[in-house]
Amino acid sequence: MLPVDGFGFWEGRELGKVNHRMDPEVSAVRLTILEAVHILSSSEDGGRIFCTLESLKRYFGETENPALPEEQEEFARIHFSTFLRFLVGKLSPDWLELLPDGQMEELWASFFLEGPADQAFLVLMESIEGAASPSFRLMKMVQLLARFLSVGRMAAVMEGQCRQQAGPAFPLLQETLLTKVVGLPDRLGNRLQRENLATFFPQNYFPLLGEEVLRVLQVVVDSLRGGLDCSVSFLSQVLGKACVHGRQKEVLGVLVPRLTVLTQGSCLWQRVCWCLVERVPNWAMEAVLKGFVEAAPGPEVLSRLLGNLVTKNKKAQFVMTRKLLFLQYSCTMPMLQSLLGYLAMDSQRRSLLMQAGPTTHQVLKELLETWGSSSAIRHVPLVQQRYVSKAILICLAHLGEAELQDSRDELLASLMEGVKSRLDSSLPPVRRLGMIVAEVASARIHPEGPPLKFQYEEDELTREMLALAMPRPAADGPSEAGPSFALVSGETPDRETVDCSGPQAGPEGSDSELDSDDEFVPYDMSVDRERRSSKAPSYVRGCLEALTGSEDWERWEAALWALEGLIFRSPAATQEVSVELAKVLLHLEEKTAVAGFDGLRQRALVAVTVTDPAPVAEYLTTQFYALNYSLRQRMDILDVLTLAAQELSRPGRLGKAPQRGSPDPGSQPGGAVVPAWRAVVEERIKRKTRRFSKGSAGQAPAVGPNEFNLVAGYFFFPLLQHFDRPLVTFDLLGDDQLVLGRLAHTLGALMYLAVNTMVAMPMGKALLEFVWALRFHGDAYVRRGLLSAVSAVLLSVPTEQLLADLLDELLEARSWLGDVAEKDPDEDCRLLAVKALLLLEKLRDKLLPLSSP
Amino acid sequence: MTGLFPTSGENSGGGLDFITWEQAWCSEVLETPVRPQVTSMAAPRLPPPDPQFVLRGAQSAVHALHFCEGAQGQGRPLLLSGSLRGLVHIWSLQTRRVVATLDGHGGQCVTWLQTLPQGPQLLSQGRDLKLCVWDLAEGRNAVVDSVLLESVGFCRASVLAGGLQRWMLAVPGRGGDEADTSPRPLLLAGYEDGSVALWDVSSRKVCSRVACHTEPVMGLDFDSQEARGVSGSAEKALAVWSLDEQQALQVRGTHVLTNPGIADVKIRPDRRILATAGWDHRVRVFHWRTMKPLAVLAFHSATVHCVAFAADGLLATGSGDQRISVWSLYPRT
Repeated sequence: MLPVDGFGFWEGRELGKVNHRMDPEVSAVRLTILEAVHILSSSEDGGRIFCTLESLKRYFGETENPALPEEQEEFARIHFSTFLRFLVGKLSPDWLELLPDGQMEELWASFFLEGPADQAFLVLMESIEGAASPSFRLMKMVQLLARFLSVGRMAAVMEGQCRQQAGPAFPLLQETLLTKVVGLPDRLGNRLQRENLATFFPQNYFPLLGEEVLRVLQVVVDSLRGGLDCSVSFLSQVLGKACVHGRQKEVLGVLVPRLTVLTQGSCLWQRVCWCLVERVPNWAMEAVLKGFVEAAPGPEVLSRLLGNLVTKNKKAQFVMTRKLLFLQYSCTMPMLQSLLGYLAMDSQRRSLLMQAGPTTHQVLKELLETWGSSSAIRHVPLVQQRYVSKAILICLAHLGEAELQDSRDELLASLMEGVKSRLDSSLPPVRRLGMIVAEVASARIHPEGPPLKFQYEEDELTREMLALAMPRPAADGPSEAGPSFALVSGETPDRETVDCSGPQAGPEGSDSELDSDDEFVPYDMSVDRERRSSKAPSYVRGCLEALTGSEDWERWEAALWALEGLIFRSPAATQEVSVELAKVLLHLEEKTAVAGFDGLRQRALVAVTVTDPAPVAEYLTTQFYALNYSLRQRMDILDVLTLAAQELSRPGRLGKAPQRGSPDPGSQPGGAVVPAWRAVVEERIKRKTRRFSKGSAGQAPAVGPNEFNLVAGYFFFPLLQHFDRPLVTFDLLGDDQLVLGRLAHTLGALMYLAVNTMVAMPMGKALLEFVWALRFHGDAYVRRGLLSAVSAVLLSVPTEQLLADLLDELLEARSWLGDVAEKDPDEDCRLLAVKALLLLEKLRDKLLPLSSP
Repeated sequence: MTGLFPTSGENSGGGLDFITWEQAWCSEVLETPVRPQVTSMAAPRLPPPDPQFVLRGAQSAVHALHFCEGAQGQGRPLLLSGSLRGLVHIWSLQTRRVVATLDGHGGQCVTWLQTLPQGPQLLSQGRDLKLCVWDLAEGRNAVVDSVLLESVGFCRASVLAGGLQRWMLAVPGRGGDEADTSPRPLLLAGYEDGSVALWDVSSRKVCSRVACHTEPVMGLDFDSQEARGVSGSAEKALAVWSLDEQQALQVRGTHVLTNPGIADVKIRPDRRILATAGWDHRVRVFHWRTMKPLAVLAFHSATVHCVAFAADGLLATGSGDQRISVWSLYPRT
């Protein structure tokens, strides 16, 4: 029965949907209230009204002569909300001033604050939503609601629901209450717009709600101790709904730390807490669990708060063992560690993680299967791959040897498959992921076998992953003590920082004579190299001989060092032997441990190619598709062609002597570095010169014809010819996709460097055909190359020609780019596609002003 | 003014240097607290410095250099250089020209030059096994005395100037001594077996001897305030050694170089930096206290034979490429 049943005859508009139930015998309470209503509505006498209202307060049971319990109950059940609505209706400035000093208002408010909280809350919400805005009544009601919250009546609302026994109308009322309690900030925000009070902001309201939930839980625990039955399902619903609204942080941020402390020593609290989470409706389970995993400081706490929820509740099991691990990858590493640690802590839950025999859900097995599937490697974003890899490592850290031994073969099988397909990938991050997981997992799964060891660079990620693989100490360690400690003494961190800063001041003020010595800044000492013997050949031909026939390794080394300089010094002599020299260099092997051998060889090759472009490029490009080269050599060819093209197309390279790359192997050859003295001189000139016109102050770019113009064809077209014809040792469309990716990148670079050349147009056409043929390639690195090639075409080929001759290809490319930008699993691919699309947009913008007039 | 006193000629070593007990131990600064290096490597390195100026015209390899604090030219000091052909050139650092040329070693290489602080006297040692004393006063340039040497090694002589008109000379093979030297003079000698020895000159005994190198010692210098010295040899390392209160030498550390061969080592008079002359054509500059490398001067195109510091911190280097380069590094403030 709804409590709003009652005085339909005097406030009919509020009772439209309520069925009337007239008692055959009018009760005493009813008569009293009818009389009071009559007095209130007719009288203008403040004193009388005051007395009437005061007399009604005895039904709350708090005065010296309270009404009979059944009368109180009848009042609360039947008459209270209606009477409150009536009071709301009476609210006006004049009426409040009938008594001095706000006594009337105080009395009026006390009905809302002291009467049954759920009905008072509902009437408050209803009248706020129903009031005209802005009005006196609205403001009064809003202030009253804020007061209602601040004196903790919300706890009373929820407490009432926990105590009540289910009646026929109970679910409906609870539903309404739930909506209003959780939706309060939204409703108030909508109603009050800019006049909203800070109390009702979600960031303030939900922590308050968390506090109130906690207070109700305290009451529940107390009454359970006293032997009274209570239900927490309304609290669970409130929690669930708040979490679904996305307020996990606010509510659970308050709730979880406190619960962590409270559940520490008390079984009753633990049981209440488990109950609270279990009763969360299924539709909110995911949100609540995610919030708990996020807010809990560690697996121990999580285990205490959730109990064996995952084994009891199907939905919870699905969320914890599948959704958060396989379908999402948004959890942070601490969350993931809490989650998997929670699963590993109890024997019942542990069986979910890893169980002997063929059972359905086994987290580790499935993780490894997901990790090992080659299609997943191709189609899953790198971030998620990392996520799964980390989850595997954490799982392994939690599991013992014996558990792993039972299904070793299955695990190893899926691991090895994953390692193999990862190592085949042309993306370094994917390869590295494979290496790390393979190393760690094989050592754990198969400890007696020979350890796998890969070479990979250490970085943030590898360190993080290796740290995850370390087994965590199982003790209830500092993660536990953290929050309770913080609650006890909030000022402790401050004191610590003060302590830390104390001794630091000590060594600062040591004597000044020493400090001044440190002003001796060392000069650049890169010239300080080992002196080589003076056996270096003085001619290019001499180098050639030294590199081919010589058994004198010092001479061989010296020749290698001297070669680049000699080539640039005597271009004519180089041209006589250019192809031969390129051949020698291409086949050159590192025979002694020369520092920076690869760099020296590459620079020499680039120098030869730049000095005599056409024949050397022709030679190199034919060798690219020849038999009996290693992949390394083929990729070297591509690199050399790119670098040589870059050098040839560098504006102004004729005017200046070619710059010799600095000899350390890491430096990028061909990169023009402005000498330091020039910077100093220019700075000085700038300081002393006053300029009257603010033109472009920058250096005018060196101007000159693109030397690459004449030879671009030699570089470009032969590379395109045979890519689809596999050799015995070299299959670009098959296993050697790494080289294919490199080829695509090289072609893109050559295209880009051929800007402002005559041959750009046919090159662009050929390149777009190449791209079109390979556009659905499965390897992300190849696709990246293709996408950058498309961008290069758009940048290098003149707009008019693009539109005149390549329109169809462009339209085709555009739809493909759109697809890639939306659907490609690789992030870089999507980015490159978007960039290419932007370039296309720019083209269209250029076209539009032309066509519009 | 010179007398001779025979020292044991057992090892014709590579370098000699006088110190006195007083100099070594009566000074106040005995040791300097070593602070950990906190240099930020992030800042870009300065490009290698260029010489302030270059003196050309020696017409043969320069084997000896010495700054002479301007007796005549009041402003800047004179620079003396000894060449492979036996000539001693006196350069004015003001005009950067040769002021005078002395020829007294019969065309044989001049290996050591030193002026005495009191008078305008110059000592020069040559490969003709003669040590000449020159009188340069009032534009004279005449040999006033000479000592015949018996050593044909690379060892240079050393001189300890005491009171007025009294000085002590140590030469390899045969040493010189004036009887009346009040504090106990000590002599450091580097030997071809790579060891450095400390001699008590008055009692004519070796106080201490320490093996620093595996190759002959080619040059050494000593910082008497900190009682630390450095020596360079034909090998690939510099050795830093120290002298404790019991007059015992101890190797403090070695500093490995890129290329072998150090012809000369000098510590700047303010004891802040030291310079080495390298057979690899390079001059290396180190921070003396920490031995942190500061600069590598790759200017010369032949072996650097000698380095010298002026009192104001100017560095001169002489090389087989017949040039003398003058550098101003980390000028004193």
